[in-house]
Amino acid sequence: MMHKTALHERHRALGAKMTDFHGWEMPLYYTGILEEHAAVRQALGVFDISHMGQVLVTGADAVRTLNHVMVSDISQVGKHRACYTLMLNDTGGIIDDLIVYRIGEADYLVIVNCGNRTIDVEWLTAHRQGETAITDISQGRSILAVQGPLSSRVLEHMIDAKVAGLGRFEIAPIRTMGPDACLARTGYTGGDGFELFLPDHHAKRLWESILASGAKPIGLGARDTLRVEAGLRLYGTDMDATTSPFEAGLDWTVAMNKPAFIGKEALVRQRQQGLAKRLVGFELSQGPVPRTGMELLADVGGATRRVGIVTSGTFSPILKRPLGMGYVEPVFTAPGTVLTVIVRHQRYHGTVVKLPFWKGESAPPTLTGSNPPTKEFLSHAPPR
Amino acid sequence: MHLPAELLYTKTHEWARREANEVVVGITSHAQEELRDVVFVELPKVGKTVKQGEAVAVIESVKAAFDIYAPVSGAVARVNDALVKSPQLINQDCYATGWMFTISPNDPGDVSNLMPSEEYTRQIEAGAH
Repeated sequence: MMHKTALHERHRALGAKMTDFHGWEMPLYYTGILEEHAAVRQALGVFDISHMGQVLVTGADAVRTLNHVMVSDISQVGKHRACYTLMLNDTGGIIDDLIVYRIGEADYLVIVNCGNRTIDVEWLTAHRQGETAITDISQGRSILAVQGPLSSRVLEHMIDAKVAGLGRFEIAPIRTMGPDACLARTGYTGGDGFELFLPDHHAKRLWESILASGAKPIGLGARDTLRVEAGLRLYGTDMDATTSPFEAGLDWTVAMNKPAFIGKEALVRQRQQGLAKRLVGFELSQGPVPRTGMELLADVGGATRRVGIVTSGTFSPILKRPLGMGYVEPVFTAPGTVLTVIVRHQRYHGTVVKLPFWKGESAPPTLTGSNPPTKEFLSHAPPR
Repeated sequence: MHLPAELLYTKTHEWARREANEVVVGITSHAQEELRDVVFVELPKVGKTVKQGEAVAVIESVKAAFDIYAPVSGAVARVNDALVKSPQLINQDCYATGWMFTISPNDPGDVSNLMPSEEYTRQIEAGAH
């Protein structure tokens, strides 16, 4: 029996093509990946990401627990601020990547990948320090991601909370929607947007309001193309329990100056010994899409040999070319390095580029798509 | 779904049309709807000898790559180079500007293995259940 979100019937009614994502029946696309991708980049899209886990870490020693388990210095996260971080095992491998939101003085909301929810809760519980409670509050709650250049203007009309004034990686309570209901200026698209953590009944109502405002519903297909364009790694694809933060190019998340955290000794050793592989982004000027598991080659002293493997790839609808991420020997990670990807026994040349591939909003927001909303787009937003 | 009556169809969702001494090949409206978002097309080389039912071209959507099979045996006569720059023609106009390649058939009798539109329609409907 597949898990279903509270919005499952709505997705069906919208004609979504559904897919199995780690045991959850989720929308892959509604009208098409390219169209949905463009809507998020140019205007507004809304995603149901309620498959992700919501875990509360609370108590007088909550910050001690988080600082012990996470690689970042959680004590530096101010109230109503958030931090993208990683949880490591003893050998320095990534158990999960997650966002820690400080929603109260000693109250933290941790959003985890759906496939890791059980493991994460067990790991946090096993390693809790002093007076800390770990509570999985996912049941009965939803997460909506409202992403795109129009997100702030549209949400401001709908929600009684700080919206436009909210800074990147800030979180604010939505007092009218119950305890622990909040919105944060975070997302997985690389552009502007918000994520809302809500009880199911509020999420259902808000989903309808956001769609009525002209936003397009967005499936996991475009969620993937958007995150690749933004150079964001996907857990289970671009990193796993055998990958270290340094190998994944996530050094910036790690506070090596913290006295101790799980996995630190392994990272210290790895830093001394050097890395065997490192994540790299590359693009092709044209040609096929690099896909998970394809081989990467490079010229070494006149001979071509295998130097790595593709972990993620897509066709970028905005940059109009194939993009890929993968692991190669560190010597081949400098921008400009030529990497050759093998697709169906043929060689295609790509070039290493600095991530992200797509660096932010450029064109002024417009409303596009096959089902354009009315010009009263914003005035139709329902009252608070 | 549009399935022109004058075309012949394969189980693998190609369409074929006799035109002078060649058979023109593309994918059906049903296939392009299933694939969505075509972003790359790999065409066969002109002159390549192909066998009926053999994978000879590839269409890639954002999510995956799909083989395209030769509806008849023969030699590839022409390919639609416009698809290299504009692969989305397959989504937009699969029976006309989105054609893929033509084959000079060895045996004109090969087309008797292909389905008329009614039979292909029944196959799709059966598959939908």
